[in-house]
Amino acid sequence: MSRKKTEQEYRKTFAFRFFRWLNAEEDRYLDKVEMHPQEPYVETEEDIRRRQREKNALLNKLYGRKKSKSVRYLELFYKGACIVFCGILIYLLLLTVSYLPPIGVADRPVNNEVSRRYIEEGLDETGAVNIVSGMILDYRAFDTLGESHVLFVATVTVLILLRADHKKKERSSAGEEMAYSLEEAEINDRNYEPKNDAILQMAACILVPIIIIFGIYVILNGHLGPGGGFSGGAIIGAGLILYLNAFGFQKTQRFFTEKTYKWVSFGSLSFYCIAKSYSFYTGANHLENIIPKGTPGAILSSGLILPLNIAVGLVVACTMYAFYVMFRKGGF
Amino acid sequence: MDFIRNFPFISIVLTLFSGAVCSVLPGRAARWVNTAVITVSGVLSALVLRYVLITGECFVYMMGHFPAPWGNEIRAGVLEAAMALFFCIIMLLSMWGGRKKLVEEVEESRHNLYYVLVNLLLCSLLALVYTNDLFTAYVFVEINTIAACGLIMVRQIGRTLAAAARYMIMSLVGSGLLLIGLCMLYDLTGHLLMSNIQESVRGILADGTYAIPLVITIALMVVGLAIKSALFPFHAWLPDAYGYSTISSAAILSSLASKGYIFLLIKIIYRVIGFDVFNNTHIINVLFVFGLLAMIFGSLSAIKEGGIRRMIAFSSVAQVGYIYMGIGLGTEAGMIAAVYHIFAHAAGKALLFIAVIGLTDVSGFSRRFIDQTGAGYRNKIAGIGFTVGSLSMVGVPIFAGFISKILFAQAAIRNTGKLLPTMIVLAVSTILNAIYFMKTVIRIYTPSPDSKFTGIALKEEKLYALAIVLFVALNIALGMSSQPVVNAIQTGLTMFG
Repeated sequence: MSRKKTEQEYRKTFAFRFFRWLNAEEDRYLDKVEMHPQEPYVETEEDIRRRQREKNALLNKLYGRKKSKSVRYLELFYKGACIVFCGILIYLLLLTVSYLPPIGVADRPVNNEVSRRYIEEGLDETGAVNIVSGMILDYRAFDTLGESHVLFVATVTVLILLRADHKKKERSSAGEEMAYSLEEAEINDRNYEPKNDAILQMAACILVPIIIIFGIYVILNGHLGPGGGFSGGAIIGAGLILYLNAFGFQKTQRFFTEKTYKWVSFGSLSFYCIAKSYSFYTGANHLENIIPKGTPGAILSSGLILPLNIAVGLVVACTMYAFYVMFRKGGF
Repeated sequence: MDFIRNFPFISIVLTLFSGAVCSVLPGRAARWVNTAVITVSGVLSALVLRYVLITGECFVYMMGHFPAPWGNEIRAGVLEAAMALFFCIIMLLSMWGGRKKLVEEVEESRHNLYYVLVNLLLCSLLALVYTNDLFTAYVFVEINTIAACGLIMVRQIGRTLAAAARYMIMSLVGSGLLLIGLCMLYDLTGHLLMSNIQESVRGILADGTYAIPLVITIALMVVGLAIKSALFPFHAWLPDAYGYSTISSAAILSSLASKGYIFLLIKIIYRVIGFDVFNNTHIINVLFVFGLLAMIFGSLSAIKEGGIRRMIAFSSVAQVGYIYMGIGLGTEAGMIAAVYHIFAHAAGKALLFIAVIGLTDVSGFSRRFIDQTGAGYRNKIAGIGFTVGSLSMVGVPIFAGFISKILFAQAAIRNTGKLLPTMIVLAVSTILNAIYFMKTVIRIYTPSPDSKFTGIALKEEKLYALAIVLFVALNIALGMSSQPVVNAIQTGLTMFG
């Protein structure tokens, strides 16, 4: 026997809301999905003239309508020569590929003592179950040191190119909204905030923690299974970008500003540099390395590989996030 | 004494580390770090040079606990150490000479980032010089490319942004070809370490199994590096990149960044492919022909050019052509001349760029020739620097350029097949050089009493004057005492083999 509910109580239940949604009487997400202000499109006579002019210039350039005959022939010859040259290049490269050592044969030149030692003695010598981690962070750590600085120098270059140095707008108080004109809104993506896209925010609430935890797992497990700093860092970076998209800069700025980026990447790069310098120095001078290798398979094992994976992961996550932020309007 | 063996490694890691440090420092402190790091690397390289000259043999240094084919290693000989020392000197002087201009042209907030790029560029150059492993070389080629791109566009005007984009595209084509070549070479030999590859290459040639892919691989790597160092048909990015970027960048890029790739190419020719193997392919003739074309067409473009800085930039195209011509001669003497010209051109071109900014600054920041009339009187030290640089580039005795031209001519005499074209083009190119450089020198020393521009006193820019004086001294030293340098290059090349 079901107890009869009062109208008031019934309105609070899930079933009531579900049926209302099913019958399209109410939409929770109506007016809550991101809408960007759009300028009404008004075309003046001047605009039309300019558009026509540009179109003509483009057509002239494309079809060479104003060029003399000889120039057009020269350009045609130029294009033809390009195609012929590319054809020859493609032919040569395909020819080369057909002469390369066949794949899947045991006596290829790459199956030599180098890879044999990586496979057979990698576990003993580096302590890492994952041979790839052992290779990139122990055998050939110098290359990886350079590679992480490639990311760093790329971010620095993007910072030089895209960092917006204009003054931050003074907000009168925290909660109060400022009225922005359309031009100002165009300059800085921040002016579309606060974000209120409910679907995206709900999805991000569920996904972001999972993504970031998975990224941390991939980084910390880099020496035990597939993964490592580069892949784990990319996953964490993706999570941060999703979070930024859903909640906007106001939320992310609480824990990630340009300063955070600077210090985190400086910290991890310098840790990497110093730790590996120690290892290079002791190795080259045949000194004892005091860093223990631990038991292979345990989470705390394989010497420097785990801390280096964490450092690389932090650099990669910061780089991904910084790239995304820089390519939006307004910067950090 | 054996502790000196650590110095190449220390200088590489120090410059790498200082890059990260500069990113968190304010601009002024970053500048100090930059100066200190370049100086320290220079001193360390000088000590390494002295060490290898005394011991008379090169040494390899194990990077880590694992010996070479498994781990990484670097290698230092006479040529490597000399190149590293020279790169540090040129970079320090270029930074000094362009410091004032950097402050004017680049926003305050980007200064520390600029020094990050300079430090990382120096690091990549040192690593390219010392590396003994092809993949390490590729990693640092990447750093070099991106840092150079940033150096071009740190002064943000339309021309430099377009030039940086163009540089990026051309340079990435070069990197791509180099990488494809590397991968195929690894597939053929199973090694990345230079000496092991050379062994395998000799084996391949003896067996005759993979002759066709080997030639294509060599061609890909050589063409890739030639594109990156702006050999003639691939120089479209160069004039705007050198002509409009801030002056330190222009000096560093023209005299160091492209030279790093050329040095890597020489290293690959000697230590990976083998000098005799490379000479037997036809690729060397291609390099020779394009070197000759670059010498002529670079100079012709420079004569046609209306702006003084773009003129100097086009002159770089011609000078890179000289170097490739020397490599293309295919003899030991030709290679010595090419390496010597790397030194001579770096010293002369950096001086020219630093001097020309002094001239344009006292001519109302104009680049047109007509405004430069009498600029040599208004900024005396820059005028002297420009004259010395021009004379060196043209090849007047007692300056560095003269020696390199003599070395090229001597090398050509020993190669009968290529004697005639080399001599003719060398003569023509020298005359063309003289036309545009002497035209400019005469222009800056033509008095213009009714000039509207005011001059500048020497004591207003002491550091700039010091940089020019040291550059002039470097040019004269290279020209006057060339024999020890040539001997050192010869020893270094012997150590390569």
